[in-house]
Amino acid sequence: MWEIEELDVEPITTVIPWVNSSKSRLGFEWGPGDMLFYETVKGGGPKGKVCPLIHVVRKDEEMYSPILRKLFNESHHIFVGLQRSQEESASKPKTHQFVSISKNYRSVIRACIEELQHIAVSSAVSALTAQDYNQISILLAVELIWNLCEILFIEAAPAGTLLLHLLDWVQVHNAGVDDEAQELLHSEDPAQHPKFWDVVICYVLQGRIQEARQLLAKQATQKPAASSMFKTMDGLLKKMPVFNPSGNQTLTEFELKWGHWHEECNRHLEDSSFASNSNMETVCKILLGDKDTLLSQKKHLTNWYHFLVTQLLYTHPAVKPQDLQYYAQECMDMFLKNQIEPEPLDSILLAAFKFDILQVIKDCSIALNNWWFVAHLTDLLDHCRLLQSHNLHFGSNLREFLLLEYASGLFTHHSLWQLAVDYFDYCPEFGKAYLELHIERVSLDTERKALKVLRICEQRQMTEQVRSICKIMAKKSLHNNRLGSALSWSIRAKDAGFATLISDRFLEDYCSRGSFSDLELIDNLGTSMLLSDRLTFLGKYCEFHRLYGEKRFTEAAKLLLSLMTARLAPRSFWMTLLTDALPLLEQKKVIFSAEQTYELMQCLEELTSSDQNEHPSEQEDDIEITKVELLRLALARNLASAIVQEGSVNAF
Amino acid sequence: MELFNAKFVSHKISRTRWSPVSSTSLQSPEIFATGSWDNEHNKISIWSIKTNVGDDHFEGDPQLLCEYKHDGDVMDLQFLDQEKFAVASSTGSLTIYRFQPSSQKITVIHQWDRAHYYSYGNAPCTSVACRTPEIVTVGEDGRINLFRMDHKGIEYTIGKKFLVDMALFCDYNADSSTIHAVTFLRTDEVLTVNSIGQLKMWDIRQGNKPSQILSITGDRVPLHCVDRHPNQQHIVATGGQEGMLCIWDVRQGTVPCSLLEAHSAENYETELEDKLRSMVQLPSQTIRDFAYEYRALCLKWRPLWLKKRWSAVLNACNPRLAGSLRGVVGSVEDLVRVGSQVERDWGNSRRTGTKFRPVHEKPSP
Repeated sequence: MWEIEELDVEPITTVIPWVNSSKSRLGFEWGPGDMLFYETVKGGGPKGKVCPLIHVVRKDEEMYSPILRKLFNESHHIFVGLQRSQEESASKPKTHQFVSISKNYRSVIRACIEELQHIAVSSAVSALTAQDYNQISILLAVELIWNLCEILFIEAAPAGTLLLHLLDWVQVHNAGVDDEAQELLHSEDPAQHPKFWDVVICYVLQGRIQEARQLLAKQATQKPAASSMFKTMDGLLKKMPVFNPSGNQTLTEFELKWGHWHEECNRHLEDSSFASNSNMETVCKILLGDKDTLLSQKKHLTNWYHFLVTQLLYTHPAVKPQDLQYYAQECMDMFLKNQIEPEPLDSILLAAFKFDILQVIKDCSIALNNWWFVAHLTDLLDHCRLLQSHNLHFGSNLREFLLLEYASGLFTHHSLWQLAVDYFDYCPEFGKAYLELHIERVSLDTERKALKVLRICEQRQMTEQVRSICKIMAKKSLHNNRLGSALSWSIRAKDAGFATLISDRFLEDYCSRGSFSDLELIDNLGTSMLLSDRLTFLGKYCEFHRLYGEKRFTEAAKLLLSLMTARLAPRSFWMTLLTDALPLLEQKKVIFSAEQTYELMQCLEELTSSDQNEHPSEQEDDIEITKVELLRLALARNLASAIVQEGSVNAF
Repeated sequence: MELFNAKFVSHKISRTRWSPVSSTSLQSPEIFATGSWDNEHNKISIWSIKTNVGDDHFEGDPQLLCEYKHDGDVMDLQFLDQEKFAVASSTGSLTIYRFQPSSQKITVIHQWDRAHYYSYGNAPCTSVACRTPEIVTVGEDGRINLFRMDHKGIEYTIGKKFLVDMALFCDYNADSSTIHAVTFLRTDEVLTVNSIGQLKMWDIRQGNKPSQILSITGDRVPLHCVDRHPNQQHIVATGGQEGMLCIWDVRQGTVPCSLLEAHSAENYETELEDKLRSMVQLPSQTIRDFAYEYRALCLKWRPLWLKKRWSAVLNACNPRLAGSLRGVVGSVEDLVRVGSQVERDWGNSRRTGTKFRPVHEKPSP
C-alpha cells in the first residue's frame, strides 16, 4: 500500500499586501484553484479599521502565463492522441511508440524553454520577471527528469546501450561546452587560448572523443617536440571501444576489449608517457576513471549525475540497470560531501536511478506546484504497464487521481477548461462525475459560450447538465424580459414546468396589452408545442387569432370551443375566451351551431357557478355582471338563429 | 501538397478578417486583424504576412504588428475601409478602431457603449454588418441598430411599439429570440438569422416588422451565420447548428432551395455506428458491393475498427456465403475476390441446375 507521509519540506509563505499580519486576523475560504482571504475582527471586540478588500490568492500562476499555455495545449494534443491510438490498436503496443510519444512531450517542453530564453535574450529591457527565470529553471529540471525516466523506465535500455543513452542525456543537458568550443575555434590561435585545456577536458568528461581528438591535433601541430606524446594519446583515444548496439559484438566481447584498452591506458600512465604535460596526464587519469581526478574537475562536472555517468563510462561501461543505484548513491555522496541535505532535484534523480517510480512521482508532486508533469508522466508510464494498480483511499488508481487533480486545476482557468473536458473523458471511474460537477460551474456570459458548453454535454449524453444549463439560460432570459428566448431555451431543455411558466407570462402580457408580443415565435412552435399543456394552449390560441384575422370564422369557432371543452384552457382564462367568442356570436351569419351553443352555455354556467362557490359573499364587479349578461343574451340569440337555420329546409 | 503555416498565439481567436485592398490594386491582402475571446483580458491584434528581407522568421509566418486591449469578448469584427474596422463586444458596445500602418498603432475612433442592453445589464452584441458609412448591429436582446460612422448616437433602432392605456409604451426589440448574424442585402435592406431558425428581411429606414420571414418548415434549428452571394443579390446562404448549409432565394418562396450537409452533426458518429451495426447484405446485393460499402462506412466512423472486428463483416454477410468463407478470408480484398468466385459458382450451378427442373418452374436469375 502506498501511503502519503508527512510533508517534509517547509511550506512557502505568501505575503498578502495591505494586511498587517501582526495586528489583524485573517479569514479564508478554499476555492477550486484559488483561495479567498479577508481581514476580520475578533467577534465582540472593538471594531477597528478593517481593510474592506477581499484578496484572491492564486495557487498556480503558471497556468496564466501565455507562453506556458502552449505547453498545456500541445501536451493535451499528445495526450489525446496517445489515448486514442491505444484504444484503437488491436496489437500489443510497442516500446518505440511510447518512446516517440515521450520525445514529443519533451520537445514541447524544450520549445517553451527556448521561447522563454529567446525573450530573455532578445529584448533590450528584459520582459521577463524573476518568476519567469524561475520558470525556465523549473522547466529545465522537468525536462531533465523526464529524459531520465524515458531512458530508464520507458526505453528500459539494457546494459551497454544504457550507458550510451545516459551519455546522450548528460551531453544534452551540459551543452555549455559547445559555446566555449565555438569561441575557441573562432579565435586566432585555438591552441594558445587559455580555455583550451578546459574544453578538451570537458569533451573527455562527456565522452566526446572525436571532438577531443580534433582539438588535440591542433595542439600537436604546435608542439612538434612533444609529438610522440600526442601521438600516443591520439592512439589511445582512437582505440577506445564504444559499444555498438546494432553491431555483431556481444556485451562480453565488448567488456573484454574494453578491459584490454583500460590496461593499456594504465601502462602508459605508469610509464610516465604523459608526465611532461600535466594536462595530458589529467586526461589520461580521467580515461582511467580515477575518482580523485574526476572529483578535482568538479567545476567542469557541475553536478553529481555528470560525475556518475563519467565515472561509469571510464570504469564500468557495461553497467547493468539494476546496479546503477549503488553507483548513484556512492557518487552523490562523494560529490555532495559538503552539503547536508540534498536538493529536491537530486533526491528525485536518485529515486529514478533506484527504479523507484512511485518515489519519483511523489517527490515531483511535492516539489512542483502544478500537476502537469506528474499527470502526463504517470499516464504514459501506466500505458507502458509499468505501474501496478495501486488502489488509493481517495480515488481509483494513481494515474486517474493525478489526471483528475490536473484537470480540476485546468477547469478553474477561464479558457483552458475546454482541455480539461478531454482529460476527464479518459478517466474511466470518476471522470464523468467530476465533469458533471465542473461543467455546470463554467460561467456563461454569452449565448455563444453556452452553446459550446451544451455541445460538450450533448456529445457525452449528459442530459441532466443539458437541462440545467438550458434552465439557467432560460431564467436569465426571463429575468431580462426576453420571453421568446426563454421559451426557446426551455423547449431545448424539454422542461415542461418552465414552459408552463413562460406561457403563463405570455398570456398575462396578452391580457394587459391586448395583443401578443411574439406572435411569429409562437406560430412557429411546431411539434414542440406539445411540451406542456399550457404551451399547447398558447399555440392554439394564437392560431385562433390567426384564423380570426383571416376571417375563417367557422374554423376559429370550432377551435375556440375545443379549447374549452378539451379543458386545455386554464379556468382563469375562460372568461377571456368567452369574451373572444362574443363577436363571433354577434355576427349576422350563424357561426356556432346549436350543439356548440349549448356547449358554450354550459361552459358559462360552469364558470359562473364555480365563481359563486368560491366567493359566495363577495359582490361581483359591475363589469363582470354586465359581461355575463351580455354573453347570456348573445348565446340565447345565437341559439335561436341556429335552431331556426338548422330546422329550416333550403328551398331549391 | 498544400503548404500551411501554424502559429500559436496563446489566446482563443474568435474572428479573423483580411484588411480590404483597393479595387485597383492587383495585390492580395497582406494585413489581417484578429479578435480574441474567452480570456481575462481580450485584445485586438493586427498581423502582417509580408516577409521582410533579413528577418529570421519563416516565410508566411504572420508577424504581430500591434495589439490593443478590448473589453469583453470580440463577437464580430468587420473592416469599414483599409484602416478602420468595427468591433462588436460581449459587453454590448460597438467600437470603431483605426490602424495606422505608418505608426503601427491602433486608436479608438468612436465607441457606442450601450448599443445592446436589457433592463438590468448589458446584452452581448452578436454581429455587425458594414456598408460605409452605415453600420448595422444585432444582439442577444433582439435589437437591430443602425449607426452612422460620423454620428454620435444611434441613428435608428428597429422595434415594436405597444400602446397601453393611451400612453405610448415603447419596447424596442425587433426579434423575440437572439439574433445571431446580420448582413446587408440591398441598399436599405438587411437580413438577420436567429436562434429559432428564421431568416428575416428588414427595412432599416423604417418599419418595425420584418418585410419577409423565411424558415425551414418543421425545424427550429438555430441558424448561426448568413451571407449573400457577391454577384446575385437575391441568393443567400445560411449556416445552421447541425452543420447544415442552406441556400435561399429571397425573391421566391419561404423555403430554402437547397440544403447541404457540410459538417457532421452532433450525433453524426452515433448515426454512423447505428447504420453500421444494422447493415446486412441484401439478397440482391453482390458481396463485392456490400463489402466495399461496409468498408467505406467503417472508414468514416473508425478506420481501424474493421481490422479489430473482422468477424462483424462476415456476420453481416449472407449466412450461406459467410459459412463457406469463415476462416478462409481475412481482408476485404480477399472477401471480395473469393466471395465473388463463390457467387459465380452458385450462379452457374443454378443455371445448370434448371435443366433438371420441371418445366413449369421459372429459372432463377
